[in-house]
Amino acid sequence: MEELNALFHGFSIAMTPFNLTLMFVGIILGVIIGVLPGLGGANGIAILLPLTFTMSPTSAIIMLSCIYWGALFGGAITSILFNIPGEPWSVATTFDGYPMAQQGRAGEAMTGAFTSSFVGALVAVLMFTFIAPLVASFALKFGPPEFFSVYLLTFCSFVGTGKGNPFKIVAAMMLGFAMAAVGIDIITGQLRLTFGFTELLSGFHFLVAVIGLFGIGEILLSMEEGLSFSGHTAKINPKIVLETWKKLPRYWATSIRSCIIGCWMGIIPGGATPASFMSYGVARKMSRNGDKFGTGQLEGVVAPETAAHAAGTSALLPMLTLGIPGSPTAAVLLGGLMIWGLQPGPLLFVEQKDFVWGLIASMYLGNIAGLIVVLTCVPLFAAILRVPFSIIAPVIVVICAIGAFTVKNNMLDVWLMIVFGVVGYVFKKLDYPLAPMVLALVLGDAAESSFRQSMLISQGDLTVFFSNWLVGSLTGLALFALFWPLISALLTRLRSPGAGGAT
Amino acid sequence: MAHDHESAQAGTRTVLVELTVAAIIFTLGALVAYDSHQLGSGWASDGPQSGYFPFYIGLFTCICGAMVFAQGLLRLKTEQQVFVTPSQLKQVLVILLPSTVYVLGVQLIGIYVSSALFIALFMRLAGKYSWLRSIAVGVGVSVSAFVMFEIWFKIPLPKGPLESLLGY
Repeated sequence: MEELNALFHGFSIAMTPFNLTLMFVGIILGVIIGVLPGLGGANGIAILLPLTFTMSPTSAIIMLSCIYWGALFGGAITSILFNIPGEPWSVATTFDGYPMAQQGRAGEAMTGAFTSSFVGALVAVLMFTFIAPLVASFALKFGPPEFFSVYLLTFCSFVGTGKGNPFKIVAAMMLGFAMAAVGIDIITGQLRLTFGFTELLSGFHFLVAVIGLFGIGEILLSMEEGLSFSGHTAKINPKIVLETWKKLPRYWATSIRSCIIGCWMGIIPGGATPASFMSYGVARKMSRNGDKFGTGQLEGVVAPETAAHAAGTSALLPMLTLGIPGSPTAAVLLGGLMIWGLQPGPLLFVEQKDFVWGLIASMYLGNIAGLIVVLTCVPLFAAILRVPFSIIAPVIVVICAIGAFTVKNNMLDVWLMIVFGVVGYVFKKLDYPLAPMVLALVLGDAAESSFRQSMLISQGDLTVFFSNWLVGSLTGLALFALFWPLISALLTRLRSPGAGGAT
Repeated sequence: MAHDHESAQAGTRTVLVELTVAAIIFTLGALVAYDSHQLGSGWASDGPQSGYFPFYIGLFTCICGAMVFAQGLLRLKTEQQVFVTPSQLKQVLVILLPSTVYVLGVQLIGIYVSSALFIALFMRLAGKYSWLRSIAVGVGVSVSAFVMFEIWFKIPLPKGPLESLLGY
């Protein structure tokens, strides 16, 4: 009951005309960002973050989180109409969405995608409303060793849930940590890893890295494909929407499964992208029409979209309650919190009630606003996609440059942005994951200081991470995730002789 | 996608890029570990020294770099996958080189003039638009950025001689 009271208080904060306007502005910006290649949720928010410094933190987070919802919605538009996923998490949406558009059922596909996104988000927000305060009050008892073991679990999960080469995942992560360490050591005040360059005193800012890696890197990748797009037109009218809505309840089982997968993958730092793939795969296996997937099944659009949006929403749960973001976009929002002077973590729920519940209430309202905006404005957003890439590309580079500069009013950052862009391009092509790198860069200092505090408590004894059941099981889980690629490889090898090499 | 039909032999092989990147990662890791060790990666009277944590980060970076390098060596003979074809590389450079020149321009003559020039020239030369449209979009983006940042949000961006001529 206490949560409900707090939630209604939150609604009263979020429902001011100013905040509602920001909500719609955020959603529209977010859809545009989600539709444009080279601008995604993470770097779109990174670029716009400096503009919010003058607002109150609550208004700022309402706008930025609405950009995030908008980007989640927007990714589906490009997937269905152009077979080009605007965001990584909408790759799975192309499998059935684009065939539907080819058959002239783009309106149906998009209504299905938007509605199931909305359902996924709503379920995740409901879960959020009731679980987040519990997690936060539980986390209030955490000491430095517990926090470090949660960080460890976060980073090891990337290895456990990632599909790629584990060494590349860890390498990307370690580079992120190394970059985070550059500059003044916050505890001893010594200079680290600056190699005599005074410009490196303040270290690498993660916003610059995000803008370069995701923004410029993505532009370079898109350029490879050439300068032309071709896509299908979409008509959405109330009749199509209503007809699709009549069909959707048939897929209730898929929806529930996808919501669960999405919520789970969002909380552990898997993120929206693997959640959408996993959900698509599970739906294909479990559905009666599974063998028809890929030929334009509405169910094949519902599954990944529900999961992606549920995961995207629940990625904010560990960010708010523990200060540990579940996705790169959540990491950027976390960075925003720190810049606005809020300390993310369990204390936020005690000290900044207005902020937390205003944000949660805005999640409900923002997704409703988002559904209205995308259902009514699809032709407009599709028109943006038809603007040729030779206009879009330089404009996005300019926007990225402005964004990189405004982070610290520093020209060096604009140069770094280009360097990060090339790194992002090469890493993407070689399958080094960018998300763990960004998360390590954001959390590096916090992880290091919790590690050093733990070491101080235990006088350098590593067994402090197994000193009680809580920290012990967290660390154990982390190590299990870290060695999961090895364990699963051993398991398949053990099983395959018995099964006649069936795997 | 016209370049799909090019011969698979053209361009740099992925595995060579893989080896280079792994070597760079190893070197960076070694650099981090070395510098942290110089700072002191051990235990002082008041607790862990500054290099304590980064030293291990550097060490792990080295290990991962070495492992990826070794995996690459194993595939050196067999793998023929192409990292980037010449025509793809050309496309990438078409945006990368002008962007780099643009950043230099931002440093020298300010962001607004460079942005207008960059967008207009890119549209004209890479997109083959008419001069009129190219200049209209370039100047339009620059002016709206100016209004938004300098006037509306009061966030100063790098400016050059033209802006000071106008009194900013």
